[in-house]
Amino acid sequence: MTSTRSRAPRPLAGGLLAGSGAAAATIGLLLAAAVLVPVLNLAVAADSPVHMPTWVVSLVGKYLTFALLALSVDLIWGFCGILSLGHGAFFALGGYAIGMHLMREIGGRGVYGNPLLPDFMVFLNWSELPWYWHGFDSFPFALLMVVLVPGLLAFVFGWFAFRSRVTGVYFSIISQALTFALMLAFFRNDMGFGGNNGLTDFKDVLGFDLQDDRTRAALFALTAVVLAAAYFCCRLIILSRLGKVLVAVRDAESRVRFLGYRVEYYKLFVFVFSAMLAGIAGALYVPQVGIINPSEFAPANSIEIVIWVAIGGRGTLHGAILGAILVNYLKTWFTGAIPELWLFALGGLFIAVTLLLPTGIVGLAEHLRRRRPPATGDETPHLARETAP
Amino acid sequence: MSTAAVHARPEKHDTILYLDGVSVSFDGFKALNRLSLYIVAGELRAIIGPNGAGKTTMMDVVTGKTRPDAGEVFFNGGIDLTRLDEARIANLGIGRKFQKPTVFDNHTVLDNLELAIAGDRGVFASLFFRLSGEQRDRIDAVLHTISLTADSGRLAGSLSHGQKQWLEIGMLLIQDPVLLLIDEPAAGMTDAETEATAVLLKEIVKDHSVVVVEHDMAFVRSLGCPVTVLHEGHVLASGTLDAVQANQQVIEVYLGR
Ligand SMILES: Nc1ncnc2c1ncn2[C@@H]1O[C@H](COP(=O)(O)OP(=O)(O)OP(=O)(O)O)[C@@H](O)[C@H]1O
Ligand SMILES: [Mg+2]
Repeated sequence: MTSTRSRAPRPLAGGLLAGSGAAAATIGLLLAAAVLVPVLNLAVAADSPVHMPTWVVSLVGKYLTFALLALSVDLIWGFCGILSLGHGAFFALGGYAIGMHLMREIGGRGVYGNPLLPDFMVFLNWSELPWYWHGFDSFPFALLMVVLVPGLLAFVFGWFAFRSRVTGVYFSIISQALTFALMLAFFRNDMGFGGNNGLTDFKDVLGFDLQDDRTRAALFALTAVVLAAAYFCCRLIILSRLGKVLVAVRDAESRVRFLGYRVEYYKLFVFVFSAMLAGIAGALYVPQVGIINPSEFAPANSIEIVIWVAIGGRGTLHGAILGAILVNYLKTWFTGAIPELWLFALGGLFIAVTLLLPTGIVGLAEHLRRRRPPATGDETPHLARETAP
Repeated sequence: MSTAAVHARPEKHDTILYLDGVSVSFDGFKALNRLSLYIVAGELRAIIGPNGAGKTTMMDVVTGKTRPDAGEVFFNGGIDLTRLDEARIANLGIGRKFQKPTVFDNHTVLDNLELAIAGDRGVFASLFFRLSGEQRDRIDAVLHTISLTADSGRLAGSLSHGQKQWLEIGMLLIQDPVLLLIDEPAAGMTDAETEATAVLLKEIVKDHSVVVVEHDMAFVRSLGCPVTVLHEGHVLASGTLDAVQANQQVIEVYLGR
């Protein structure tokens, strides 16, 4: 004991400060991309070797929306131990909310030329807009719904789950059930969300043509900026005492209760916030890929998000961003080259990371970095490290 | 008889903790069997008893972790604890140290104390929380009391067992509860640490009520306080340590296991 006690005190919570370099780098890179990518796409001649084709801009933009989704999952899973296997549902709901607005914006330019009803409703012989489609012609209203609908669903779901102290694998299972149930519902034509085709054939957003390079570049820049802002907010939460309570809940939930904290409210707060981030991610995704359909609710999608986070490095925030981009880049490559092997590759990667790199790529990088100076002892200033549950 | 003081059943409103006829059973097994225990304000009381006597279960009942099947549990004379949950009870001023030291391993010593410090426990209060100068001073004082000043920046998970015990006591202190329930504070400590812990507890009891569960008889003796012996979920004897150690039933219970 005396030997450990004489060790020089560390200035502050290692895990929290250790990431400040990474935080600056993450935000810097995202903001740089927000400027640089549109420039490379719009201002550089198409035959130049550094020109970035529009399809690449949208592809990377899509990766960044997945990164935002991964960030939202890491916030609750990495820091509060809430393993949601249904976060794809919040993403999809945000996507549907913006998709409904984009459908309304098509107006009379649809195949059937109906100024009020989207094509699929005309096809179903509906004569009027269902009540829940009202308001979506307004862009601000749609934006509000992008955060409100996922937030409200997360609130109701979380309220019952956290108050009844549903934790661990039980929570994961019911969150899977949630997204599965929503998938089945959205597949039905009479739900009024376009059935299994979903919402597509969007024309423009706020009057800007969605096929235009400039619109696509702007959507990319917006996604990068929103991701940077969301990352910043998540860090503020994590660095506050609220964040410390979350980590404490993850590691020793009942102890936190005996300190007088209402654990269920803390979980509810972070779960709702996370669902809203996922909704925003979905809303940025849909205009860039041009479609939203019920397959976004597929349980496998939600599991995949967790894999991105695990591979990047759980409980680090920037690891989630890195993991989402990296895995999706791999996925693009695989689906081009050897599509039938992708799921095996993903599964293999996940197993390898779980067994060999429990702290993900970011944890490995940190480990290598720390190996250079002589090891200072057993302490790992890393939030992802966890005590046995 | 010297044990009269603890045998007598005081008026409810004179007590800080009042357990009367409390029973708890787990699948038919009675962990507490009509347990009655009364602690008056400012008292230091040691609870001893063989393994499985129900000592920890008693603390679970008081802190809202376990609901009793029968009996009354009142705090501060009139607050019915059986209706409240853990967070409410903690905020009323009942602090607890667990048998197995539970500190937040991935937080520093300082952050552990910051989490425990008395104040608004609301979500938004936590989001905007900043340590005031006064709170910093309090933390420094507690760090000094528990001899962890030099380790304040270390992760709690890297502390020795004894240091974790102290950190948990420090978290209790900074929570500033009215009543402290301390489960086996000396477990796993060296003799020197045990002694220091006894000194610390006697210091704490100057302005708190304390119930301490302990197996270490030397430690209990050094506390020099009234002792209650639990056995099979109820009180077997109460009094000074010498008196209960001379009690025939107590001797049988301890030798018979
Ligand atoms: N949640 C539970 N479910 C079932 N049995 C339990 C539970 N909690 C405690 N018990 C049982 O109740 C009895 C009393 O346990 P308790 O932990 O209160 O004893 P104790 O006096 O603290 O013992 P020790 O000195 O070993 O800590 C034991 O037989 C224990 O096995
Ligand atoms: Mg016990």
